[in-house]
Amino acid sequence: MKAIKHIGLVIFLIGLATFTALPLLGTFNLNEADFNTIIKGQNIKSEVFINTIKSDIIGQDFSGMQTLSPKISKAIENANEAHTKNKEWDKKIYTKSSDMAAMIGKKSANGFIPNNKGLMWFLTFGLGIIGALMFILPNVILLGKKGIKNDGIYHESATNRGWIGWMVFIFLVSFYLVLYFASEYATNWTLLVDPISEALSGNPAGHWFVYGFMYCTVMTVMAVRMYIKYRHNIYQVFRTTSVLFFQIVFAFLIPEIMVRLQMPYYDFKNAFPLDYDFFFQWNLKDLINNGGIGIFILVWGIVLTLIVVPVMVYFFGKRWYCSWVCGCGGLAETLGDPYRQHSDKSLFAWKVERYLIHAVLVFVLFMTGMTLYSFFTDSSMILGIKTSTVQSIYSLVIGSIFAGVIGTGFYPIFGNRVWCRFGCPLAAYLGFVQRFKSRFRITTNGGQCISCGNCSTYCEQGIDVRAYAQKGENIVRSSCIGCGICSAVCPRGVLKLENGPEKGRINPTEILLGNDVDLMDLVNQK
Amino acid sequence: MEHIVIIGNGISGVTLARHIRKLSNKRITIVSAETDFFFSRTALMYVYMGHMKFEHTQPYENRFWKKNRIDLKKGYVKTIDTTSKTLHFAEGNTLQYDKLVIATGSKPNKFGWPGQDLEGVMGMYHKQDLDNLEKQAPNKDVCKRAVIVGGGLIGIELAEMLNSRSIPVTFLVRESSFWNGVLPEGESEMINRHIKNHHIDLRLSTNLKEIKADENGKVKSVIIEETGEELECNVVGLTAGVTPNIDFIKDSDIETGRGVKVNRFLETNITDVYAIGDCAEQHEAIGNRRPIEAVWYTGRMMGETLAQTICGNRIEYKPGHWFNSAKFLDIEYQTYGWVFGKKGRPDYEQHFHWKHDKEDICITVAYHKDTKEFLGINTFGIRMRHEIFDRWLTEKRNIDYVMSYLKDANFDPEFYKAYESDILTQYNLEFNTNLTAHKKSWKRIFSKV
Ligand SMILES: Cc1cc2nc3c(=O)[nH]c(=O)nc-3n(C[C@H](O)[C@H](O)[C@H](O)COP(=O)(O)OP(=O)(O)OC[C@H]3O[C@@H](n4cnc5c(N)ncnc54)[C@H](O)[C@@H]3O)c2cc1C
Ligand code: SF4
Ligand code: SF4
Repeated sequence: MKAIKHIGLVIFLIGLATFTALPLLGTFNLNEADFNTIIKGQNIKSEVFINTIKSDIIGQDFSGMQTLSPKISKAIENANEAHTKNKEWDKKIYTKSSDMAAMIGKKSANGFIPNNKGLMWFLTFGLGIIGALMFILPNVILLGKKGIKNDGIYHESATNRGWIGWMVFIFLVSFYLVLYFASEYATNWTLLVDPISEALSGNPAGHWFVYGFMYCTVMTVMAVRMYIKYRHNIYQVFRTTSVLFFQIVFAFLIPEIMVRLQMPYYDFKNAFPLDYDFFFQWNLKDLINNGGIGIFILVWGIVLTLIVVPVMVYFFGKRWYCSWVCGCGGLAETLGDPYRQHSDKSLFAWKVERYLIHAVLVFVLFMTGMTLYSFFTDSSMILGIKTSTVQSIYSLVIGSIFAGVIGTGFYPIFGNRVWCRFGCPLAAYLGFVQRFKSRFRITTNGGQCISCGNCSTYCEQGIDVRAYAQKGENIVRSSCIGCGICSAVCPRGVLKLENGPEKGRINPTEILLGNDVDLMDLVNQK
Repeated sequence: MEHIVIIGNGISGVTLARHIRKLSNKRITIVSAETDFFFSRTALMYVYMGHMKFEHTQPYENRFWKKNRIDLKKGYVKTIDTTSKTLHFAEGNTLQYDKLVIATGSKPNKFGWPGQDLEGVMGMYHKQDLDNLEKQAPNKDVCKRAVIVGGGLIGIELAEMLNSRSIPVTFLVRESSFWNGVLPEGESEMINRHIKNHHIDLRLSTNLKEIKADENGKVKSVIIEETGEELECNVVGLTAGVTPNIDFIKDSDIETGRGVKVNRFLETNITDVYAIGDCAEQHEAIGNRRPIEAVWYTGRMMGETLAQTICGNRIEYKPGHWFNSAKFLDIEYQTYGWVFGKKGRPDYEQHFHWKHDKEDICITVAYHKDTKEFLGINTFGIRMRHEIFDRWLTEKRNIDYVMSYLKDANFDPEFYKAYESDILTQYNLEFNTNLTAHKKSWKRIFSKV
C-alpha cells in the first residue's frame, strides 16, 4: 500500500513537472493569414504595429513564449508611443500586451504540443490525476477504521508550513500570476484542453477554460480525499458532493453549453457581489441584447442576491452558500482542507477580518452604485472619478490579487479561507443575515466541553470555537460558513450545527449546565 | 485590597480566578510550577499525535491575564504557613495571602513497583510528561515497544498516542475487562474488542510485577506478575489512576486525607484556606459521587461555586446531575445520570442495553426496577443532548417516557443515521410494551422546565 502511494507521488510529480515546464516550451510561427484575422478581430489600425509584427515575427520560428512575448509587447509599446506623439488617438492599441501575445501564441503554436494534444493532456492532467489518486486511494486501508484522521498534521512539512508547504505556496502564487497577469504563458495549457472546450462550447480553449477545467479536476480528486478522510461523517460527505456538483455543473458545464447555444456565459449560482461585474455596463448590455434569456439572467441575478440568498440564510445559515454551493468555498473545502488549521484564531485577526471584509463590501457597493449611475445617465465620470478606473482597481486589487493570488495561493500559509474570511463581500452580506436574522447556530452541548481546542484549531474561518463552547454558549458568528469540521473533530460531542427557533439561539452563560441549578439561575439570569 | 492566592493554574484554579474577577476587584495571583499559562490537560494527547501544537491547548491568549488583572507566578510552593499566611517557594522566596485556594490537581499513582522511577517510566499527567514522552518515544525506532500499566481513561489515551506513531503497545489491565469498574459488561467488552482491533496488545487480568533496567539505568523490560513473562520495552506508562498532588501540604496545619479535606463550602479546617478540583476531598461523598472527583467538569464547577463564597455570597458546592464523557480511540462515550458497572451497582438498578449489530454503537439505560424511574444513560457512538437528559433526570421521568422521546435527545450531526426507532423496537420487544416514537420537537427541546 505504501509503495502504491509512493509510486503515485512520483507519477503525480512527473505530471506536475511537465505541466509546470509547458509555459516555457513549444514553438511558435505566425503566418500572415492568421495575423490578418487578429488585426480584423481586434480592429487594429496601427500600421506601425502591423509592420513591426510583419517584419519581426511573421514567418519566424520562436521557441518558447519567453522569446515571442517580449517582442510583441515591445511592438505595442513602440506603436503606441509613436501614435501618442502624433496625436493619432484612434490608432492606439488598447489590447493588453499579454492578451495580444496570448492571441498570437494560440494561433501560431505549432510543433509537437499542438499536434499531440491528447498525449500532452495525458502527460500533464492524466498523470496528475492518476498519480494523485494512487496517492490518495490507499488511505482507505492505511487510515484504518473510520474516525478522526488528523494524526501527524503538525509533524508534516506539507501541512505544518514546512518546505513542502512553501513550495506549494510558490507554485500556486505563480500559477495565479500567470493566469491573471501573463496569460500568454498559459498558451500551451490551453492547447491541451482544446478538444474538451471544442466539444462543449465549440470554441478553442482560452486560459480561463484551462482554469475552469483544472478547478473541476482538482476539486474532484481532492473530494475523493475528503470522502476517505471524513467517511465517518455523513454531513461532510453530502457537503462535498454538493460543492462538487455545483462547481462542475453550474460553474463549468452550463456556462460553456450556453455559449454553444449562443447564449451569454453565465454561472447561475454566482451571486452578486461575489460576482462583482454582474452590473458592469458591458455585462448589462450583453444581457439586454440577448433577449429572453438575457433578461431572465438579469432578473435571476437580482432575485438571487436580494431574495434567495437572504431567505436561505435565514433558514439554513450562510453555509448553504459558502460550504455547499460556492466555487471558492468548494476549492477551499477540497484542495484547501489539508491547510485549514493555519487560520489565525487571535482576537487581533478577528479585528482585521471585520475591518477588511466590510471595507470590501463597501467598496463593491460603492463601485456598483457608480456603475449603475453611469449606466443610466450615460456618463463615465462621477464627481471627477472615472467609473472605469474604479472598476479596474477593484478587478485588479480585489478580484485578482485578493481573491485569486492571496485567496488561493496562500492556502499553505494562512489557511484555506483567507478570501472567504477577510475579503468576500458576499460573505460579509450573508454574515449580517446569519448574525442578526437566522435560525442557524452551532449548539454547544451543555457543560460537556473539555477545552481541548480541536474545534478552534481546525476552524478554517479562524473562529475561536472553544471560547464559546467552554462557556456553554452557542456559536453564532457572522463568519461561520458551517463547514461542520469543528463538530466533526470534537472528541466529546459538544458541537452540533442546527437550524432551530431564533429564540434562545444566542445564550450567553457564565455557569455551565451540570452545576447547582440555583447558582445557574442566580448568575445566568442577571 | 484582599489578596487571593490560588495554587494551581488548572481548570479549577483558573475558573475560580475568572469568576472572582467578574464579581470583584480583589487582587488575584495564580501560582504554578508547571507552565507559564493555563493549558488544557485533556488535550495533551493531541499534541503528541500531531493534531495540535502545544499553544493550541491554551484556552486563553497570553494577554488575557494581564487584561483581567490576574497575576501569574511561576514557582513551586514548598510549604504553607497558615499562621502568618505565607507561602514558601522552593526557589526561596515567599508570598503573602489573605485567602488561599489549593487547586493543585493530581499526580499519577505509583504503587511501589520495583523500578518505577527508572528513566523511561512515566505517567501522563503533566506537561513535563509529554515532553518526556516526546524524548523517550519520538518514533518506533527509538521506542520499539511501550508497556502501559493501568486500564483507565488516561491509559487508553496513552495507548492511542503511541499507536499514532506506530509504536507497538502492550496494555496491562488489572481488571478482567476494560474499565469494568465503571462500565457495564456489554460496553466494556465492546471496548476490549475495539482496542484489539487497533492492534494494541491488550492483556486483561494482568498485573505488573517489576520494571527492569539496562546497564544505563533505563527501562529494559517489565515482568508480569501472573505469568512471570518478561516483555522487552523502552517506555513504561504508569496510568493506574491518580492521587491528589498534596505532599507539600502534609506538614502544614491543613487537614488532609487522600486529598485536602473540605466541607460542602469547599473550606478546609483552616479559615481562609480552601481547596477545589482534583485535590479536594469531601468529608462525605455527595450523592453517588466519590469524595474525590478527578474530572475536568467538577473542577470547573467547584471554581464557579467557590468564587461566590470568596466574594461574599457563601454557598454550598451542590453539583447537579452527574455527566461525563470520554473517547476510546474512535468511539465517543457520553454519560448522563448514573449507570453502574457490575461493581457497586445498587440492587434496584436495572439496565436496558441496545447494540448495533455491526458498528461500535450502543447505549445502556439504567432504571429503577420497581418505579421504572430513569436513572441514567451511557451512549457509545451516539451523541446526546446534555440539556434534555438533565431535564429528564430533574423531572424524574420513567424509562418509557425516555425511550419514546429519545429523538429529542439525539445530538449527532445532521444527516447521521438515527437509531432511535431500532432502539425502541427492541425495547418494546423486551419489555412487552407498545410505545411509539415521538418526532423530534424544537418546542420541547427549548421549553425550560
Ligand atoms: C491525559 C489526561 C486526560 C484527561 N481527560 C479528561 C477528560 O477527558 N475528561 C475529564 O473530565 N477529565 C479529564 N482529565 C482529568 C482532568 O484533566 C483533571 O481532572 C483536571 O485537569 C484537574 O484540574 P485541577 O484544576 O484540579 O488541577 P490541575 O489541572 O492538575 O492543575 C494543578 C496545577 O497545580 C500545579 N501544582 C501542584 N502542586 C503545586 C505546588 N506545590 N506549587 C506550584 N504548583 C503546583 C500543578 O503543576 C498543576 O499545574 C484528564 C487528565 C489527563 C491527565
Ligand atoms: S465554526 Fe465550525 S462550522 Fe463554522 S466555520 Fe468554524 S469549523 Fe466550520
Ligand atoms: S473540540 Fe469539543 S471539547 Fe474540544 S474545545 Fe472544542 S468543543 Fe470543547
